[in-house]
Amino acid sequence: MTQTVSRPGAGAQQVPLPLDVEAIRADFPILTRTVRDGKRLVYLDSGATSQKPRQVLDAERWFYENVNAAPHRGAHQLAEEATGAYEEARAKIGAFIGAPENEIVFTRNTTEAINLVAYALSNAATAKEPEFRTYAVGQGDEIVVTEMEHHANLLPWQQLCERTGATLRWLGLTDDGRLDLSDLDTVVNERTKLVSVTQQSNILGTINPLGEIIARAHEVGALVMVDGAQSVPHQPIDVAELGADFLVFSGHKMLGPTGVGVLWGRYEVLDKLPPFLTGGSMIEVVRMEHSTFMPPPQRFEAGVPMTAQVIGLAAAVDYLQALGMDKVEAHELALTGYALAKLAEIPGVTVIGPPDTVARGGAISFTVEGIHPHDVGQVLDDSGIAVRVGHHCAWPVVRRYGVPATTRATFYVHTGYDDIDALADGIRTAQKFFGTV
Amino acid sequence: MQLESMYQEIILDHYKNPHGRGLREPFEAEVHHVNPTCGDEVTLRIHVQGETIADVSYEGMGCSISQASISAMYDLVVGKTVPQALETGEHFMTLMQAKGDPSVAEKLEDELEDAVAFAGVSKYPARIKCALMSWMALKDASARALSGASATHPAAPTGGQS
Repeated sequence: MTQTVSRPGAGAQQVPLPLDVEAIRADFPILTRTVRDGKRLVYLDSGATSQKPRQVLDAERWFYENVNAAPHRGAHQLAEEATGAYEEARAKIGAFIGAPENEIVFTRNTTEAINLVAYALSNAATAKEPEFRTYAVGQGDEIVVTEMEHHANLLPWQQLCERTGATLRWLGLTDDGRLDLSDLDTVVNERTKLVSVTQQSNILGTINPLGEIIARAHEVGALVMVDGAQSVPHQPIDVAELGADFLVFSGHKMLGPTGVGVLWGRYEVLDKLPPFLTGGSMIEVVRMEHSTFMPPPQRFEAGVPMTAQVIGLAAAVDYLQALGMDKVEAHELALTGYALAKLAEIPGVTVIGPPDTVARGGAISFTVEGIHPHDVGQVLDDSGIAVRVGHHCAWPVVRRYGVPATTRATFYVHTGYDDIDALADGIRTAQKFFGTV
Repeated sequence: MQLESMYQEIILDHYKNPHGRGLREPFEAEVHHVNPTCGDEVTLRIHVQGETIADVSYEGMGCSISQASISAMYDLVVGKTVPQALETGEHFMTLMQAKGDPSVAEKLEDELEDAVAFAGVSKYPARIKCALMSWMALKDASARALSGASATHPAAPTGGQS
């Protein structure tokens, strides 16, 4: 990955943006509305959930108006077409990350995808089928996460350890917002069964050196899960290049609908995992005494799936691919460099996370001296600027950096320099309002 | 700008110069409440003599609304009996549910004193729980004090999620 460096203090420079922001904004109906008494909506909260272009909304509507039926059941034409559309979408979403379709499992969101694997690993211990016990986790085993994880990539593993008697270990953080890998070889060891790590921190923006972690994990025979909730929407990703065993992400953070997430898993690993949720759609033969299950991905998709949302997500993938993920990444990198420089110009503003654009994405958390992040967010909201405030579902991170909470701005394809200028102006307004300058 | 309707001068004054802040002895109960959505925290002690609240002492961190609310509450409840303080808490709850309706604030003005300034907060659903955290902690602490339970209790969530 090539990264250019923009050091704070060098002055905020507006290099030409790779994406045509005005043309893209025209695709997002919500960006035409106003908030708080007629103010333009400056949406800097895509990291929480992204807005949806008309193409995604149209795809969902198209499905409901023309095709709607439960896929994989029924003998009628609609059922056939719904199945076709659903499976075509699976192939398209798989291709987006370089994966074959039989390695793509649809879940409700990233959180459910992680829970699916965590529960499969504890279910493995009591599975009747010997092959399903391959990855069983139990006493004496260790699961490794990092201190940087979103609660969604922490609690499922904490709970897995509590259910099974395994031990949770974690990699710590350095003062400049990076993973501390100095004890990688100790923390990840022969007892490690699985390492789960985020590719890009939702709070610090840090992009982690996955290669080193994955190499060490595989050296000791551990599985690796990558939380891609904040990376898959923002940079090109190829699972073959990545080298992990699982990658999880959410549709709603990448211009797609809510209610659909993705678990990618290497087929030979998925094939040896017992199910998490059971019921219709995932069975092979059902008897009163015992039932057998379909191969992946169907084994992990019990019940009628979120078909329209999957169709919508495929439309989001089309939209992103038409823009080009290289350009999306370069666009956000330019914005991040500009935003870091703009924030550095404001006395009293401290960025929590890497101070430059080296191995860093466009999630910028900051504090403003003398003003609580909630109050900063409230003043920004009064100017029509939507940001996230609080601990961002990563409470250990804010604790690690000794702040009660942060204000966070996140960027996406419709973000322009004007949005960041509005943010900087809004912060100065907050400082005036609370009398800290 | 609508900001002034929430951040009344009185609120900012309480935030900058909180009344009664700090943890003091003696106390019959101490509680720790958190707002899980945003990480705001308060540790609150109550000292009851007979039925009367002789002191409420606290340490907390959080936004201006949550911190100012504790300070205004301190002024309101110290010297009152526990039932009177809880009734005032109910009035404050009513104010928070008023969605900015000025007639509600008017009616409660005498009862709530400075705390009526929080009326503007009730227009912002996400901030109501900031203002309520201290009152929830007081309710919890007074119940524990009266039931004879004491010492520190684990953090109790005030509401919200994440």
